[in-house]
Amino acid sequence: MSLIEILEGPLWKASATIFVVFAAFRLMMILFTGRRHARARPAGSPAAGALRAILGHFLPWRALLKNGKAWFVILAGYAFHVGLFVLLLFAAPHVEFIREKIVGLPWEPIPRWGFIVAAQFSFAGLIALWVRRFVDPVVRLISRPDDHIAAGLTFAVMLSGCMALGEQSTFLRGLHLGLVELWLVYFPFSSLMHTFTWPFSRGFTGAMAGRRGTRA
Amino acid sequence: MTHDTSFPKHRSFDKHRSLPDEVRLENAMAGFVAEFGPAAQTWMNACVRCGLCAEACHFHLATGDAKYIPIHKIKPFEDAYSLTHGPFSWLNGLLGRKPKLTIEELGEWEELIYDSCNMCGRCTLACPMGIDIAELVKEARRGMYAAGLLPDRLARIVGNAEKQHSPFGTPEDFRRTIRKIEKEYGVSLPLDREKADVLMTLTPEELENRHLGVAGMARVLHHLGLDWTLCSDAFEATNFGYLSGNMELQGELTVRLIDKARQIGARMLIVPECGHAWGATRWEAAKWYGEPVNDIEVRHIVEVLADAVEEGRLKCRPVGESVTFHDPCQQIRRGGLEEKPRILMRALGMELREMDPHGTEGFCCGGGGGVLANDRAAPLRLKAFEIKKRAVEATGADRFVTSCNICEMTLERDITATGFEKPIESLIDLIGTHMITDQPPLKAPGRRTARKPAERKPAGRKASARKKG
Repeated sequence: MSLIEILEGPLWKASATIFVVFAAFRLMMILFTGRRHARARPAGSPAAGALRAILGHFLPWRALLKNGKAWFVILAGYAFHVGLFVLLLFAAPHVEFIREKIVGLPWEPIPRWGFIVAAQFSFAGLIALWVRRFVDPVVRLISRPDDHIAAGLTFAVMLSGCMALGEQSTFLRGLHLGLVELWLVYFPFSSLMHTFTWPFSRGFTGAMAGRRGTRA
Repeated sequence: MTHDTSFPKHRSFDKHRSLPDEVRLENAMAGFVAEFGPAAQTWMNACVRCGLCAEACHFHLATGDAKYIPIHKIKPFEDAYSLTHGPFSWLNGLLGRKPKLTIEELGEWEELIYDSCNMCGRCTLACPMGIDIAELVKEARRGMYAAGLLPDRLARIVGNAEKQHSPFGTPEDFRRTIRKIEKEYGVSLPLDREKADVLMTLTPEELENRHLGVAGMARVLHHLGLDWTLCSDAFEATNFGYLSGNMELQGELTVRLIDKARQIGARMLIVPECGHAWGATRWEAAKWYGEPVNDIEVRHIVEVLADAVEEGRLKCRPVGESVTFHDPCQQIRRGGLEEKPRILMRALGMELREMDPHGTEGFCCGGGGGVLANDRAAPLRLKAFEIKKRAVEATGADRFVTSCNICEMTLERDITATGFEKPIESLIDLIGTHMITDQPPLKAPGRRTARKPAERKPAGRKASARKKG
């Protein structure tokens, strides 16, 4: 069995399994352990508060609309995440890979120019946010090694993916796949879990605010 | 319905710091996670370190110091949490790994957790992930308290609350003060009635320095025709257990009020002009009973008065001046009462000039969350006051009012210290003095009366320097 066959076969299955099992396990531990407290008689709707917070936090907080740092984080954050999801779900090689290995259903990939635009947005966003971790004293103080590892791994995955886009080099394809597998294994044990925790985090806070007749 | 004020057991609070450091550290970590449920666990696992919470914190904005970033304030606990509850906790358990923290290092965080956080929740609204950092700081205080790490003055107040019934004093001190207020102002203050519809509570500040406010409030309650009483064995509205991290005390103080209300057959418990008392009683009482407290309606005095205005039971003479309102965080941002004080200001015929920002976005006074009680935090608090001062000045309003004792005391001290020219006034006092009623007038003017418009000097006068305890 060649290295690329190992990467596409058993290693892919192993890393995908670790990702699914441990991410699900961690999410279950977060959501189903610990104390549950009785809540006060509501003054408003907790469900509406949760929904409002889940959706509302997609937009910058009104009090920070004149704050340049906030706009920097928000725009860079959106550029990175939107670009990344476009690449992940609509890049032609990914569409093919997902059809083959995961769901079996094809969908329309983006054209090459779309890939390049999405990649540029995503790289610009990620680099801006990562550089900020080093230069902004506030973010430098609170950044953990995990934040740098997560950013670095994601960057490496994206870069190798761009390099492998032409699909002429088996080495580059293997490098990209290997990094993706490393990223999948790292994911459940890192801050990358925010991919799954954000709606719950916003939702719990929003539900508490909704119960109190205020907003979060 | 039974109450339970116990919380997961760890070794007792190290009041005399006699326990070995290792035990104190263990207590700190156990105290931090003692009340963790899904919400807190999700918050601990959602932060991406974007730093936007810093842009909401008045202590960070006023000083520019990176250490005041809200999420940084819980760092030692976060490290310990990830060791014991994080993704590799099973491995850490097998290897017997413990937090590398020392008690001295944890002690250094005392300033960040107690002096520079009002638990105002402004950072919560700024967080893209919606992490309730204020709640996490509250959990961190439980950890600090369990390790015997508490600012001295706050520790003394907590001690008074434990030993004497209230930071103000004993039930006997309370009875004596109530009788004194009755004599001073010629108002009836029902005390220790066996049965009443409403249990009224007070704050130490009102009992020590705001007798006119108490008399005015009594007059309003009489005017509304409420069947009410004060109780000398359940008068204290403030909850220094809530502020200090002493959970057992928090539970005891809350349960004392609810149980007393039940004992006298009350259907309503009124929380006075206090922010955290509202949070502790209205929003957290259910925790101690294991179910919502549905038989007793916990209401804030601002709510009671605003509803009376809306129902036409309370009318006021117009004040006829412009006003700006300081939104108390625990009543507004975290309490759901944003519209109520505004109803009262409209009833007073005042032209409301809102600060920028205001309402749920408004900045904290800087004294909430026990910071006012912690005198060593005063210099930092004064720096944060500059933000509020600029916002008030920008409105150009004639008067500056609020509806929380703690905010009022904080702002009053800051105004005095900085020579700011606009005094802070109590909205409830304004209602008390401008209410149209058949009730007999109060006997004597007090030093904190909100004067009638005709008696007021033009805006711009110096705030009187008032000595506060």
